[in-house]
This record gives sequence, C-alpha cells and structure tokens, in this order.
Amino acid sequence: MNEPAITVYTPDSPLSNPLIMVREMFRDLFASRELAWRLAVRDIRAQYRQAFLGILWAFILPLANTVTWIFLSRAGIVSVGETALPYPVYVFTGTMLWAILMDAMNAPLQQTNAARGMLAKLNFPREALVVSGIYLTLFNAGIKIALLIGALILLGMNPGWNALLFPLGILSLILVGTAIGLLITPVGMLYTDVGRALPLLMQFLMYLSPVVFPTPKEGWAATLFKINPLTPLILTARDWLTGFPPEFLGYFLAVNAAALALLLVVLVAYRLAMPILIERMSA
Amino acid sequence: MNDTLIKVDGVSKKFCRSLKKSLWYGLQDLGNELRGRRHGGSGQLRADEFWAVRDASFELSRGECLGLIGHNGAGKTTLLRMLNGLIKPDQGRIEIRGKVGALIALGAGFNPILTGRENIYTNASVLGLSKRYVDAKLDEIIDYSEIGDFIYTPVQNYSSGMSVRLGFSVAAVLIEPDVLFLDEVLAVGDIGFVIKCLNTMRRLAAKSAVVFVSHDMPLVSTFCTRVMVMKNGATLLDSLNPAEGIDRYFSLIKHEQQTSGTGEARVLGLDLLVDGERLTGEEPSIQQGSLATVALRIQVDGPRACAHACLFIDDEAMMQVVCTPIHDAHSEMLCLPPGEHLLEIPLGIIELNAGKYSFMVAIFDATSFSLARVQGLRPFRVFSGRREWGKIVRPAVAQLRALPKKASTLSG
Repeated sequence: MNEPAITVYTPDSPLSNPLIMVREMFRDLFASRELAWRLAVRDIRAQYRQAFLGILWAFILPLANTVTWIFLSRAGIVSVGETALPYPVYVFTGTMLWAILMDAMNAPLQQTNAARGMLAKLNFPREALVVSGIYLTLFNAGIKIALLIGALILLGMNPGWNALLFPLGILSLILVGTAIGLLITPVGMLYTDVGRALPLLMQFLMYLSPVVFPTPKEGWAATLFKINPLTPLILTARDWLTGFPPEFLGYFLAVNAAALALLLVVLVAYRLAMPILIERMSA
Repeated sequence: MNDTLIKVDGVSKKFCRSLKKSLWYGLQDLGNELRGRRHGGSGQLRADEFWAVRDASFELSRGECLGLIGHNGAGKTTLLRMLNGLIKPDQGRIEIRGKVGALIALGAGFNPILTGRENIYTNASVLGLSKRYVDAKLDEIIDYSEIGDFIYTPVQNYSSGMSVRLGFSVAAVLIEPDVLFLDEVLAVGDIGFVIKCLNTMRRLAAKSAVVFVSHDMPLVSTFCTRVMVMKNGATLLDSLNPAEGIDRYFSLIKHEQQTSGTGEARVLGLDLLVDGERLTGEEPSIQQGSLATVALRIQVDGPRACAHACLFIDDEAMMQVVCTPIHDAHSEMLCLPPGEHLLEIPLGIIELNAGKYSFMVAIFDATSFSLARVQGLRPFRVFSGRREWGKIVRPAVAQLRALPKKASTLSG
C-alpha cells in the first residue's frame, strides 16, 4: 500500500516555496480536466435548456450590434471611414470577435461567482472553474464562428488558405480575455464594483479598437488605436478570416506572449487568493 | 504503525464582524499573500475582529470519531472548514494524512435545471471521481437514494429532502475516505433514510478518522468516541468520555423561564426539597436515587370554580420526561379554587439519568384551556457514577433460575 499523501495547512504563504506551489498548481490543473469538462457540460446544458431561443443567444447580441451599426452608417448618422472590406462584413466580423473576447474576459469572474456555494463548502481544484470557463467560451465561440463563416460565404467572401490560421486568432482572443478576466477576479470576488465597471470600461475600449470603426489614419485617435493591445488581436483574426495579409503580426505575437506570461502569473494569484476570498464571502 | 490521521496544533482563526471592514481586510490579506507574507499577521486582532477559533489542538487516529459540539457560533464549522482546507488558519498547523471525504453541503453544485441523473455526474466529479467510476455505480446510487423515477426530473422540482437524499447517496456510495468530515448532515430526511445514512456513516467511520459536528446529542453519544466542547472559539473540554462532554455542553444552556397562557393563573414559586431540605443555588445537583419533593406556590384568579395543575420534568432539550398530574385523594384532578395555594408534591425516587433538568407547570381549566404554562422552573442536575443510555435509570436485581430440562427458544 502506498504511503498516504500528507496535506498540511499553515498560515504561511505558499509563495515561500514557489517551486512546490507551481508543481501543485499544474498537478491540480491536470487533475481538474474532467471536473472542468463536467462543469462546462452542466453549464452549457442549463444555459440553453431554459431558453426558448436556445443557442441563438450565443450570437443574438453581436448580431443586433451589427445591424445597429450598419443602420447607423447607411443612414448617414455616423460616418465611418473607408474599409477595405465591405462595411457589413467589417462590422459583423468585428462585433463577433469582440463578443468572443468579452465572453472570455467575463468567464473567470462569472464562473467563480456562480460557484460560491460550492467553493464555500467543498474542496476541489479551484482551477477547474477557470478551465470550465474556457470550455464554455470555446463552445459559444464555435457557434458564433459557424454563423460568421456561413454569413461570409453568403456574402461571397473567399478567405483562402489563410483562414486555416483563423482558429489561432480565436485562441489568442480567448487567451488574452482569460488572462485579463482572471486578473480582476480576486478583487472582483470581494467587491462587486469590479464586475459592474468592467462592461462600462470594455464598451469604451470597443470604440478604441477596430471593431465597428476602421483605424483612423491620423491624429491622437490613430495613436490610441495603434497602442491599444486589442487592436492587433481583432485585426489579425479578421485578416486571416477574410483573406488579407495580417498587418500587425509582430505586435500580435508580442501581445500573445505577454498574455501567456500574465495568465501564468494570474493563475498563481487566483490559486493563492481562493482561501482568502472564501473566508470573506461566506459568513 | 502510527495511524494518526489528523494532527491539529494550536490552530486559530479570526473573523470580522463588520462586512465593510471584512472586505477591506480581505483585500489586505490578499496583498500580503501575494507578497509571500504569512497569513494572519502577528496574531493581533484588527478592529472589529474576534477569534472564531482559538488555539484548537487535537490528534485523531483511524477508528476514532471526534464530536465537535457547542452553541451556534462556537467555531465548530470554522474549525471543520480549516481542516477541509477551504480557509487558511491564522495560526497553528494542520496535518492530514490520506484521502479526505466530506459529507457537508450535500448536493452542492447541483444545477436546478438539470435532472437528478445529470447532477449525479457533476456532483461526483466535484468529489474528484471519474465518469467511468460513476457509470459503474450509477444504479447503486439511484437505488440508495430511493428517488425512483424522479431521477429524470429537474432537481428544482425536488423537495429539499429529496435533494439531500440524492446528494448523500452520491457521496455515500462513492467515497472511501481515510478522513471523514460530517457537518449536520442529517438535518433533513425522514427517519427511514436517516437510519440508513447512519449505518453508512458507521461503515465509513469504522475505517477512517471522523470529525463530526452536530447538535443532536443522542447521535453524538452513540457515534463519537471523543467529544470536544467549544464556546466562543475556545475549547472548553476535550474528553474521551462523550457523556462528560455532552454534560458540559448542556451545562452551557441556560434554562430560561418561559411563560405562556392567559395569565389567569401564575406560578409564584417552586422549590425542590431533597430529604426535607430545600435546594438553593442556580443549578443544584441531586444524587440519583434520592427522594424528592416539590413545593409549588400558585395563584389562581376567578371566575372559574376550578383549575387543574400538572407538573412536568423537562430534560436539557426541553423535552418532557416525566408528567405528574396533580390528583386529589380520589385520583381525580385536584380542584384549585381561585386564590393562592401551596402544594406539596412528592416525586418519589429520582430515577432520571444523569443530566440537566428543569420543571414545567401547566395550569388549565376543566376544558383543558391553558391558563398558564411556565417552563424552565428550578433547574437542577442529577448526578450518578456513570451516564447510562436512556432517560430513566432503574437497575434491577435478577434472580438466577435453574434452566428447564428442554430449553425452548424465544424465536421458535
């Protein structure tokens, strides 16, 4: 018989032993595969079973957004600069990609908040919540992408071989979204302000990204667009899908590398934060 | 082989009374944790904080069951949550060997929209079990839960008892822990299921070290080999004799006087006399087997011609153990006309089990309409060399007889 595992709980921060902590984190991440999958299946089923429109909800919001912007530009209420793509395609791909990013960004806080009851009473690998959030985002993204590709074919777009790289664009959106979402989760679990401020901030950011507007050619707005790390993500994914050569590939790779590093750091932070958050959320 | 599975050494935990401050401290703790600092600071309380658990220590081996008892807010559940690794201790050290199982929050993670069957899988994977393992045990779980066809119904349509049943079944069938935590698991459920659960808990407990939190003292006394009494976070008593622990727990409860009824009758006083001596003090003790008498002074108001009285002895849980209707010489209910009365009531030999008791007096009219009902009068304790099972202890002397030639068995 194997010597049983010994678990020790002390007030010391696991950071005093970083190697062991990181090893345990990856062990838990690995161990939580099935749980994450189960939780995602549970959430997907529950999400759509109680809705009459079912999976349509995965894209109704970006679709409505697209229609609004096409209307605004056609009616001349808002004048949008020239786009290389037909504007409806531009705005549709933009809002869909943005919606995927937003899903990914909201997922960690949402999943952790929804699991409060479980967290307060059961010990399970907390990383499973993050992973199940990613599964959920991927599933919803799949529906959006299917619709997006269908619409592009209907509109007569031929993306060409570059489209095979498009899934990478989606993954990088989810990577960046998850990293940012996970970064704000610990504080967001304590103070609801974070969860409320996020949509506000992101709406503002959307207008600073080439989602519904093309990148301005000059002026301070152009500089803001260029600095915005979300710009290369949206542009590259859209370029791959619509058959254009990506313009900001270097920046795109840099943002992804940074997001990956950030993700590792915030995963550690999330793990460390959980017992402290649980202590505060269940009185 | 040393089979100590749980080692708890000087564990303390602080909580905060104010929500705002609690959140703010949480943020500070978060910052400290991320900077690699020790949790809980130097052991001082910040404003509005208090010790939810203070310096708890014990060791527990396989086959032992520790009952944690105490009032609400004594720190039992907090201690259990630290043992389970949900929250960090502020001081001390906890060491757990082997696989941990918990029957806490049964059905946590259930999604109300999904069917019972779907939820079994989710719940099991939260407990760390694979789908393949659950597949093999699914029928057993469903049988155990006795839920029948409801297994295909969304859990939101279950009664609270049914959800708990399902949650318990998943855990009970699937886990094989070395260390088992139980927290008020049997609060819901009908008696048949509770008995089944108890048997399962006994089966699991025989092979593990168990920490059991409950307010159900009969359960604690049958289940636990050891009892720890907690009050305001501190360990009052840690005893290998559960009876002693339970006695201590009950001594924490104040039997407060509670009065109901119309007020047309009042209890003016109740004295307990043992061997002719009036007992004084907050909670006098009497020896089991002594002869006791009650002197009861009551006031009855008009206009009724007659009021009747009944005297009860309540146990520590305020359950009536002895009922003494007050009769006259003809075995009829004694008629108490309006006015003040002093009644001397012989109780006979006190055969009550060791424990804490108090009196209740009920005064009512001929139609059983309640005029006064006073609980928690003259609390007293019964002591004896040992605490037996049962409310009444009545030893008997048996006669040894010669066996008949052809022994017949009872069961036939």
